[in-house]
Amino acid sequence: MSKSASPVINDMSLQVATVNGSGSQSANMVLLRTLFQMGVPVSGKNLFPSNIAGLPTWYTIRASKDGWIARRKEIDLLIAMNAETAQEDTLSLRPGSAVVFDEPLKLSGLRSDLAFYPVPFDKVIQPVTGDAKVKKLLKNMAYVGVVAELLGLEMPEVEAAIGKQFRKKAKAAELNVKAARAGHEYAKASLQKHDPFEIRRMDANRGKIIIEGNAAGALGAMFGGVTVVTWYPITPSSSLVETLIGYMRRYRMGADGKSTYAIVQAEDELAAIGMVVGAGWAGARAMTSTAGPGISLMAEFAGLAYFAEIPAVIWDVQRVGPSTGLPTRTSQGDVLSTAFLSHGDTRQILLFPGTVEECFRFGVESFDIAERFQTPVFVMSDLDLGMNYWMSDPFPYPEKPINRGKVLSKEDLERLGGFERYRDVDGDGIPYRTLPGTDHPQASYFTRGTGHNEKAQYSERPDDWVNNLARLERKMDTARSELPAPIVDESGSEVGIIGYGSSHHALVESRDQLLREKDLKTDYLRVLAYPFSPEVKAFVERHPRVYVVEQNRDGQLAALLKLDLPVELLTRLRPMAHIPGLPLDARSVTDEIAAREGL
Amino acid sequence: MAEKTNRLGLTPADYKGSKTTLCAGCGHNAISERILESMYELGIPPERVAKLSGIGCSSKTPAYFMSRAHSFNAVHGRMPSVATGALMANRTLIGLGVSGDGDTASIGVGQFVHLVRRNLPLVYIIEDNGVYGLTKGQFSATADAGSTSKSGVVNQLPAIDTCLMAIQLGATFVGRSFSGDKKQLSAMLKAATVHRGTAVLDVISPCVTFNDHEGSTKSYSYMKDHEEPIHELSFIPSYEDIAVEYDPGATVSVRMHDGSRLQLRKLEEGYDPRDKLSAVTRIMSSHAQQEVLTGVLYVNTELPNFYDLLGLPDVALATQPQAVTRPPKKVLDEVMDSLG
Repeated sequence: MSKSASPVINDMSLQVATVNGSGSQSANMVLLRTLFQMGVPVSGKNLFPSNIAGLPTWYTIRASKDGWIARRKEIDLLIAMNAETAQEDTLSLRPGSAVVFDEPLKLSGLRSDLAFYPVPFDKVIQPVTGDAKVKKLLKNMAYVGVVAELLGLEMPEVEAAIGKQFRKKAKAAELNVKAARAGHEYAKASLQKHDPFEIRRMDANRGKIIIEGNAAGALGAMFGGVTVVTWYPITPSSSLVETLIGYMRRYRMGADGKSTYAIVQAEDELAAIGMVVGAGWAGARAMTSTAGPGISLMAEFAGLAYFAEIPAVIWDVQRVGPSTGLPTRTSQGDVLSTAFLSHGDTRQILLFPGTVEECFRFGVESFDIAERFQTPVFVMSDLDLGMNYWMSDPFPYPEKPINRGKVLSKEDLERLGGFERYRDVDGDGIPYRTLPGTDHPQASYFTRGTGHNEKAQYSERPDDWVNNLARLERKMDTARSELPAPIVDESGSEVGIIGYGSSHHALVESRDQLLREKDLKTDYLRVLAYPFSPEVKAFVERHPRVYVVEQNRDGQLAALLKLDLPVELLTRLRPMAHIPGLPLDARSVTDEIAAREGL
Repeated sequence: MAEKTNRLGLTPADYKGSKTTLCAGCGHNAISERILESMYELGIPPERVAKLSGIGCSSKTPAYFMSRAHSFNAVHGRMPSVATGALMANRTLIGLGVSGDGDTASIGVGQFVHLVRRNLPLVYIIEDNGVYGLTKGQFSATADAGSTSKSGVVNQLPAIDTCLMAIQLGATFVGRSFSGDKKQLSAMLKAATVHRGTAVLDVISPCVTFNDHEGSTKSYSYMKDHEEPIHELSFIPSYEDIAVEYDPGATVSVRMHDGSRLQLRKLEEGYDPRDKLSAVTRIMSSHAQQEVLTGVLYVNTELPNFYDLLGLPDVALATQPQAVTRPPKKVLDEVMDSLG
């Protein structure tokens, strides 16, 4: 290969293959940030094991001048630092790709169709430190320097990114800058570039931020006025509450120095949801954050909250199930079970954020929705969205004032002379409630998971039961048109695509591929909430063929749609399943739709 | 004659609940009476009380007293978490939890343990009859080894002593009483209500239908023969300005958080409910002697409670205005800048 091959500019993926616990995460963040600072649209995906140290881990970074930020399956530049996976990683590359590798791994002989760049990292780092432990960490920053030289990353930006990464540790920042420079200088002096991949400064990121979905959700919760937060640590949701703790300590302390909130690490998910339900009953904006196994444990309380009509916000940062499954891999596998979470005729409200901005938005709005409908709201994020870094426009400050829903005050009760907790006064299925501690003799009611009448009294009467269940259904029907509406992009094609959540990024890219490569125009509807808006049915009515793309085996959202749609529309749905645990990529979607369309 | 009222001008009728649906003679009904009575006598506004319960006969009882108080009959064994959430949300409420031996010592033992560790201000009453009543008489985990069921089955497993467990786990007010002991239970309830920490009250409350037979150690007749009060309790509320003479050698006087006093006239030499170690030793020896030791077994008014540990303000979190709970736009701008 020679340098004469026409350069590929700002359109590549690189993958760093290391050992978990070796400290490569900082180096990968510096690479990501450098690209971001150079104005090139960028995304990062951490493909990590369920392990503290020792198992293989990969980090992929995609730079895309066109702004595509979904995972791309093809790797153009491999940085092979892990002896255990180096050979397989190298063998899986497409011809023409490049490999930077730790010299002792001796990969050059494996293939003749790749550009190999051996780097003796131990030797390169030797002048920076003699400490073996520090050396192991700094080797990572050395590959950043090597990559910078090979791709044309600007070293001042690399150094600025290191400064940001280690902003509270000046000494570490200094050492890491030295390591990056050592790698850079070695590459300059000893490596002859013979691959086509280059990065050049653009101006696509002006004003943008870079953040993980869990942090965005945490910020949303803070601005949503959360007052009680409970949690039990579980991957991949822990960082949501951990980030929230940091923000709340900084921005939600009262003038008297006291907290304006309570955050409790519970003994398990049963207690976490129990506290949320108790707090919601008492009038707090209460939330918890969990993943699939926690959701399973929360089922009983979820049914109680649905039936006793108590607001609650539950984040489900989905990982791969069934069972413990793949705790560090992404999926959309909890949709169906959460929609009906708990026994009996239970129905839950789900929100599907697809971007970090929507994590923020739903972080705020989930509380308004939970209090408006007096019911649990599940925010169905996933590991890809929650734990990876995404570029975004800055989040807009919530304009709508906090809406506490139908709550009667002492003054209201004085005016009304009393109230009936479960009576449908307004015809929308949503009753009025009072908060415990309302100082009025008529304020109290008895909250229970047992059968009750409109006055919240125990009742086993068939008519009371039927009326109550019918009202709860009416309430969910009201929700259909009030919940966040689907986002539709259509231009009269026969082929529709329905997707949700983090699949969005692969789907928009896939639609572009289908148009450019197959001349296939597609229409697109992205679901933001369940129960479904009437617009979903209307979209299916307008499209003879609708591909429902999701990251689970059974077509869970498609199954929910089938329960909703009239029978004559059912054959229009074409579920498309993706379950490898890796974030969805556009190519897989494009190839499958093209094949099923006979193109 | 004018109707009897308390210091708020409320009558006992203002503390009433709906009619009980439990069996006639059930110990739980007597406990409901004592709760109603002690709340009335303390002059607690009913609207300030949050009644919380799990599932079982005991957990139904909040419907049978204080209808003017908010009430939450939750799921089996999970009242502690619901109470924790509710009281964090509004610390101005007086939390009154009613549970049973199945609800606490079996399905709910995990939540019970962690509630006690947190020292959440809550009166936690275990209406303890040693059996599952609503499912017709199976043993619970507080049934003594060797005691028999109504059908003659012998319980082979050792009992969980919820008081012993609570003391070990950090509860700051632990008492055991008997539903039939009006005076003791009433004083204990009052002191527990003004205590600002977790108060665990294990009240032996015979099940007349499934566990009141020969061979039961939770029957009326067994309690009559084996109850061993360790002291005589009296409660002097803060608003009653009565100077009480007492002999410090014969009586322990505990000053509660609101200035009320709990007086414990010793019936047994050497027992000091402020001494954790001797309390534990004495309770364990009572097991061997087949005594049911009653009284305030342990009390500590010094330790911080969960609100202190959380750094909560004096007002309810639940009703703070938006100006407090939504930071201003400049905070979001600052965060957004840091992420660019």
